[in-house]
Amino acid sequence: MSSDTLKYPGLNLGSGHGSDHNKAETKIFGFWVFLMSDLIIFGLMFATYVTMNNPMSYAGGPEPKDFINLPSAFAQTMLLLISSLTFGFAGLAIRFKQSLVRANFWLIITLLLGIGFITLELFDFVDMFEMGAKPSRSGYLSAFFGLVPLHGLHVTAGCIWILIMLIQLRVFGLNAVTKVRLLCLALFWHFLDIVWIGIFSIVYLGGVA
Amino acid sequence: MREDTNFEQAVRHYLVGFSLALFLTLVPFGLVAWGELSRPATLMFIGTFGLIQVIVHFRYFLHINFKEQKREDLLLILFSTVLLSIMAGGTIWIMANLAHRMHV
Repeated sequence: MSSDTLKYPGLNLGSGHGSDHNKAETKIFGFWVFLMSDLIIFGLMFATYVTMNNPMSYAGGPEPKDFINLPSAFAQTMLLLISSLTFGFAGLAIRFKQSLVRANFWLIITLLLGIGFITLELFDFVDMFEMGAKPSRSGYLSAFFGLVPLHGLHVTAGCIWILIMLIQLRVFGLNAVTKVRLLCLALFWHFLDIVWIGIFSIVYLGGVA
Repeated sequence: MREDTNFEQAVRHYLVGFSLALFLTLVPFGLVAWGELSRPATLMFIGTFGLIQVIVHFRYFLHINFKEQKREDLLLILFSTVLLSIMAGGTIWIMANLAHRMHV
């Protein structure tokens, strides 16, 4: 037999993990319910952004073309995409019961990539503020600062969560509880990368195309 | 998709997903940076590539598969997608229509 059936959406621990694998099912399902409600929040922020992305809502203030820094957006996209891969490797290290050092290593790399992403995004916001593109300038910019930093806050929360998991792995090691938490965190991280696809496509690429 | 029980196979699965996602990211960025296409054509490309990339991420990173997934998990995801398209699509449609009428 070369494969296991899927018990829950996302990376499965697999039958090699015994009862941990079965116990994860309800928790992971619950976390998916959260992710999907979060998806609705993001979706409506996107709808608001698209609605506000017109000359009337620019109110004579900065337009997307004026402040979008495409190289920076590209770098952020790459950081987040690579961090999805490295988190995947961390998940595999746990699924295949490799050393905890290896899981920790990939988690730390993911954390650094996440911090790099947030830093670049903050630099972008500082540039925007300096040129007067503040949330209060126009309805369009309010929508922009409702959507993009909301994602940034999620990534920040994800980074803090990774940090907490690194501590928990050190204190408790890998057990039924920490394994499930890591699976949820992996889902959260991959989910944020999916939301970012929407942001770089609609806000950044759509803004300068 | 059944979960790979072989480590190399699982790693390859992630690398395939990553390569596809990378390609689907680079093309629209390249089109916007150096492309000579008209704005509507570029937007079409961005939208199509973005949608495909979302599916790639769901398939390779979130391990969602229509054949092997449990029914209630799929229902949750599909129901959320339907809700989202009604609410977001409806908002954009109504507001665009309103803006159009206000300008005439």
